[in-house]
Amino acid sequence: MNKDTAAYLKGKKKQILETWMHNQVQDAALRDDLMSVAELQQQSEEFLSALLNAFGTPEAEDTQSAGYEPINDILSEIAISRARQGFSPRETNTYILSLKQVLSQQLEEFLSDNTALLYREILSMNSIMDSLAVIAMETYIKGREEVILRQTNEMSEISTPVIRVWEGILALPIIGTLDSARTQVVMEALLEEIVATGSRIAILDISGVPTVDSLVAQHLIKTVSAARLMGAECVISGIRAEIAQTIVHLGIDLTNIYTKASLASALKMAFSMLNIQVTRGSKQNTGF
Amino acid sequence: MERIPILKMGPFLLVTIQVDLYDRLALTLENDLINMVSKTEAKGVLIDISAVSIVDSFMGRILGNIASMSKIMDAATVVVGMQPAVAITLVELGLTLSGVHTALDVEQGMELLRNKIGHLDTDEEGLYDSFI
Repeated sequence: MNKDTAAYLKGKKKQILETWMHNQVQDAALRDDLMSVAELQQQSEEFLSALLNAFGTPEAEDTQSAGYEPINDILSEIAISRARQGFSPRETNTYILSLKQVLSQQLEEFLSDNTALLYREILSMNSIMDSLAVIAMETYIKGREEVILRQTNEMSEISTPVIRVWEGILALPIIGTLDSARTQVVMEALLEEIVATGSRIAILDISGVPTVDSLVAQHLIKTVSAARLMGAECVISGIRAEIAQTIVHLGIDLTNIYTKASLASALKMAFSMLNIQVTRGSKQNTGF
Repeated sequence: MERIPILKMGPFLLVTIQVDLYDRLALTLENDLINMVSKTEAKGVLIDISAVSIVDSFMGRILGNIASMSKIMDAATVVVGMQPAVAITLVELGLTLSGVHTALDVEQGMELLRNKIGHLDTDEEGLYDSFI
């Protein structure tokens, strides 16, 4: 980019920022629910001054050069924070590309008498802004991926609570598909809890498991065997009609595992195994 | 040579493994234990492995062997206090120790043994009492 052009743009910084901000505020896609206008103004100013500085450097065309490092940093920060705040990819990208329009207007005003130079400058400005947009997009997606990864981890932690339903009885409601990684987490959580509470019976409730194939059954059998090795007995409950059908059709052998249709009947069975009797009290004593 | 002590508690034998079991030690234990069962006519064997953190297929097989041998000699085997990691390893190795009874700790293991053979024992004692 020409030195004079860069200097001119730098001189017009205030005007550029004003037009840019005006355009952004006018734009229907402005998300003032996610970010205040003052914040946007500050962010835009920071970005614009870094960009105009970089235009003045000798290798202004190359966005990988040292002169662009501060811009790339600011841009990454903006893109990542937007990804976390929940901006859409279009909104993030429009932010960068809307500056292009403003810069073109300025160049047009400055170089209206020299069409050849104007054409070159607009081309070079375009290529710079495009590669900046690509960088912003890349960082934005990286930010989104981080969010997804964190959510996946959280989900696998949340979805495997081990509940102590009675003294010596644990319940483990399994929600969602059981894959190898989750089985490992479930198994470890269950075994740790068995040791910690000294429970002799664990109820695995699979009413939240959408499908049971041979792999899922294999994982369940492994969990049951591991608990048995430690001296605890497992009862599998919540087997729906279609799951029972699949299990029999697949030829999975669950004969040496206790199975019950509902959590209630599994709990009843656990009571009888531990020799616990639950009786209804006299009517006067209840709070209802 | 290092040996694992085998304690006699009434009609039961109690083994607490507090060191890492290497192969020769495990074999010696198997040998000693079976001899002890035959010598004392024990009705139950309780093996506490709560301090064992590393286990391999050989160790799993030894435990299975001890259980089968004791069963032939009319003694029940209970393995107690298995660590979660050990249990997972054994299952992954495909060793579910089907002939072995398990319990969470020594107390529950003892209770299990008493339930398994206790009634027999009290009957015999009653028998002796009537003799005396």
